[in-house]
Amino acid sequence: MSAPLLDVADLNVEFATPAGPLHAVRDLGFALQPGETLGIVGESGSGKSQAMLALLGLLAANGRASGRAMFEGADLLALGETALDRVRGARIAMVFQDPMTSLNPYLTVGRQMGLVLAAHRALAGAPARRACAEMLEAVGIPEAGRRLDQFPHELSGGMRQRVMIATALLCRPALLVADEPTTALDVTVQAQILALMRDLRERFGTAVILITHDLSVVAGMADRLLVMQQGQCRETGPAAEIFAAPRDAYTRSLLAAVPRLDRPAALVPPPREVAGAPLLEAEGLRVEFAVAATRPLGRPRRLQAVAGVSFGLAPGEILGVVGESGCGKSTLGRALLRLVPVAGGRVGYLGRDLTALDSAELDPLRRDLQIVFQDPLASLDPRMTVRDIVAEPLETFEPTLDDGVCTNKVAEMLTRVGLDPSHMNRYPHQFSGGQCQRIAIARALITRPRLVVCDEAVSALDVSVRAQILRLLLELRRLLDLSLVFIGHDLAVIRQVSQRVMVMYLGRIMEMAPAETLFATPRHPYTRALLAAAPIPDPVVERARERIGLPGEPPSPLSPPSGCVFRTRCRWAVARCATEVPPLAAHGASQVACLRAAEI
Amino acid sequence: MSLVRQDEAPRSLWQDAGAALRQNRAATVAALVLALITLSVVVLPEVLPFGYEQTDWDHIATGPSLGTGHLLGTDALGRDLLVRTLWGGRVSLLVALVATAVSLLIGVTYGAVAGYAGGRIDQVMMRIVDILYALPFMFLVILLMVLFGRNLVLIFVAIGAINWLDMARIVRGQTLSLRNREFVEAARAGGVPAARIIRRHIVPNLLGVVVVYVTLTIPHVILVESFLSFLGLGVQEPMTSWGALVNEGAQELETSWWMIVFPSAFLAVTLFCCNFLGDGLRDALDPRDRSHR
Repeated sequence: MSAPLLDVADLNVEFATPAGPLHAVRDLGFALQPGETLGIVGESGSGKSQAMLALLGLLAANGRASGRAMFEGADLLALGETALDRVRGARIAMVFQDPMTSLNPYLTVGRQMGLVLAAHRALAGAPARRACAEMLEAVGIPEAGRRLDQFPHELSGGMRQRVMIATALLCRPALLVADEPTTALDVTVQAQILALMRDLRERFGTAVILITHDLSVVAGMADRLLVMQQGQCRETGPAAEIFAAPRDAYTRSLLAAVPRLDRPAALVPPPREVAGAPLLEAEGLRVEFAVAATRPLGRPRRLQAVAGVSFGLAPGEILGVVGESGCGKSTLGRALLRLVPVAGGRVGYLGRDLTALDSAELDPLRRDLQIVFQDPLASLDPRMTVRDIVAEPLETFEPTLDDGVCTNKVAEMLTRVGLDPSHMNRYPHQFSGGQCQRIAIARALITRPRLVVCDEAVSALDVSVRAQILRLLLELRRLLDLSLVFIGHDLAVIRQVSQRVMVMYLGRIMEMAPAETLFATPRHPYTRALLAAAPIPDPVVERARERIGLPGEPPSPLSPPSGCVFRTRCRWAVARCATEVPPLAAHGASQVACLRAAEI
Repeated sequence: MSLVRQDEAPRSLWQDAGAALRQNRAATVAALVLALITLSVVVLPEVLPFGYEQTDWDHIATGPSLGTGHLLGTDALGRDLLVRTLWGGRVSLLVALVATAVSLLIGVTYGAVAGYAGGRIDQVMMRIVDILYALPFMFLVILLMVLFGRNLVLIFVAIGAINWLDMARIVRGQTLSLRNREFVEAARAGGVPAARIIRRHIVPNLLGVVVVYVTLTIPHVILVESFLSFLGLGVQEPMTSWGALVNEGAQELETSWWMIVFPSAFLAVTLFCCNFLGDGLRDALDPRDRSHR
C-alpha cells in the first residue's frame, strides 16, 4: 500500500458549552488512500460533520480539536490560519448540504468561482473565466458561458449543487469532502449528482470523503466505510464487507432500520376488501396560488399546485403519495383538510362536500381529520408545554371537559405514543426530534380522528428513529382504525407503509396502483424513472443496476408543458404527447396517465 | 384533580417567565430600581416639605446641600430640584406608561389581526395605518390643542395615537411569518378558532419582539414629550417633566451643574433599567433560552 493521502489519528473534538464540555468526536482515526472514496455514515449528532470541520479548521468558536491529521506531509491540526488557507479550497475542497445557502446570493456564479481561482492560482480576467466555463461544462451544465453571469437564484437546486462541485474542483484538489451533498435534492436529481461525482472521481482521480446519514447513498459510491455513533467510530472497513456482514451491533441495527425499495413491505397488512362508501373522496381537486407578476402592474399569475386530482380513500386504508418537491403532494394533503383554499373540484368526506362548508360547519368535522407535519419541532408551539399542546384539540372540541380529566387523557395518549407522561410539563425543545414527532402524533390522535394526513412525517428523523415512528403510526392505525394518507418523497419509506400508492408530477396523478403492483410493475415512465433513481443500500445491487437516469429537472409549475406534463423529460414521448392530455386509465390493477402505457 | 404523576409542576408561560426573570441578576436589579424610582416619584412629593412651584427666596440657584434642606439644590427660581425632579418623573413615567399601554393594546391587537387575517382585510387595515402615518405629528398635536385646549391627557392621546402605528407594523410583519409556521397550521387543523389561535399561539410568540420594541418606545416617548414641552405644546410651567428639566438645566450648565446632572441621572437610570428589564423579559419569555441558564 502506498502512503495514505490523509492519515488521521486520535482526533478529538470538544465544545465548551455552558453545561460543561461536550465531547463531539472521540479518538477517531482513519487513513485515506489517493483516489479512494470513504463514506462516513452516522445519525445526527454522531460527530461526522464536526470531525471533518475540525480537520479543515472550520469549527465553531467554542470548539477545540486535538490529535494528528497528516495531509501531504503536514499536520492539518497544527497548521496556522494562513497555512490552512493554502490547503483549503486548493488541496482539500468541501461541498455542503444546501447549495442555496452555501452560495452567496449577491454574486454571479462566475464571480464566486473566480474568487477561488484568484486566491489559489492568481488567475483573473479572461483566463479565469475560461477555466470556470470549462469546469461548468465538465459538471454537465449546458450553456456554461451564459451561466457564469447568472445569480444562484436563477439556477435550479441540482444546477446549484453542480456549481458547488465545479467550484470545489477548480483547483484540482487531491481531496473532496462532501457533507450530505444530495440530502437537499430530489431523488432523480440526487441520482444525477451521484453519477456526476462518480464520473469526476474517475476523471480527476480525486479522493472523496462522503459524509451522509443515508446508507443507500454510500452503497453505490464508497470504497470504504466508517460508521460513527456518538463521536466514536463503531466499525470501519471495505464497504462491500460491511454491507454484507456488519460486525458491529450498531451497524447491524442501522442497516436493519433502512427500508429497502427492492424488498416488499414488512410493516403493513395487505389491504382489506373495500366495502361500502369511501371515507374520503376527491374529485377534480384543484389548488391555485397567486404568484406576483413579473412586470409592475402586471396581472398576478396563477400557479396550479394541484391540477385536477381525483381519488377515493377507503376506511382504514393507507394511501402513499409520492413525488418530487414541487409536485403538489403536500398541497394536496393540506387541501384535503382545507388548510389551503380550494380553487375547484370537491372533497367528499362521508358524503359531505368539505369544500362547500363554511368554517363554522367545518370546525366540528376537523375532529375527524388530522395532520402530522414534517418538522416535529416547528409544528409544536415553542411557548406551550407538552400537556397544553396535546390537550389543545381536546379543549377545542370538548370545551366543558374538566381540567383533570383532560390531563388524564393527555397522559394516556402520551403513554400510547411511548412517552413518559410525567414529562408533560416540559417544553418541546427539551425533547429529541423523534420524541417531538411522538408528541405531534399524540396531538393528532387525541380526538380519535378517522383520517390522519402524514406530511413527510418521518423525513426529518434519523433512520433508526424513523423505523420506530413508522411502526408506532401503523400500530396506532390498527388500534384506532385510522385511514392514513402518507405523503413522502422517499420511495422506500412509502413502500414500507402503503397499501396503495399515488405518484404525482406537477400537480397531476401520473400513476395510482396497489403498492406491490406499482413497485413490481411500474407502468408510467415517470414511476419507472423514480424507481430507477432511488439508491438501494446494498453495494452489490447498486453496482449491478442499470442506470436509466431521468434528464433535467421538473419544469416550473407556472408554465407546465402542454398535453402530457411529463413529456419534456420522457424518453418515450412522441408528437401526440404534446397535444393530448392523457387521462388516468386502468391498465390491469393500475391506473396510469400515459398515452403509451399499453406499448411500453 | 389529576391523578397523573408529573415530575414538574404544571405551569404557565408567565409563571415560568417570572421564575426565569428572578434568576437573571441584571434584570432583577433593574426591576427593583425601577420600582424604587416609581415609588419615590409617587410618595415623596407628598412627604417632602416643598411644593413644585414654591420658591425659596433665600436659596436661589444654590447647589446641593444638607444644611438648606434642598438635597439636590434649587433652580434659577429657587424651587427645590428634588421635588421638581420627582414631579417631572410623575409626568414622564405616566406618559411613558400610557403611551406604551396604548401602543401595546391597540398595536399588538391590530397588527396580529391584520397579519393573521391576511389578504384583503390585511391590505385595508394596513392602508389605514399608512394614512395615519401620513398625518404630520405636529399638525395632529396642534389640531388637538386648538380643538380641546391645552391638556396633559391630550398629550398622552397624541403620543399613544402615533406610537401604536409602529407597533402594528412590526407585529403584523412578525405575524405574517408566524402564520405559516407549522404549529399554527396544526392548530387550524385542530379546529381551534382564529381568535384563540391569535391569543394562544400568535401573541405569545410575538412577545420577544414586542418587549424589545417596548423598551425602545419608552425612551422615545419620554423624549417626544420633552420635545413637545420645549415647543410649548406639552406640559407647561410651573409643572414640569424630566425632558423639560434637562432642557432647563442645559441652559444653566455653566453656572449650576446640578440642574442638569440630577434630572439626567434619573432619566438615564430609568432608561437603563428599562433596557435591562426588557432584555431579561425577552429571554425569560422564551422557554428555549431558559434551559441554558
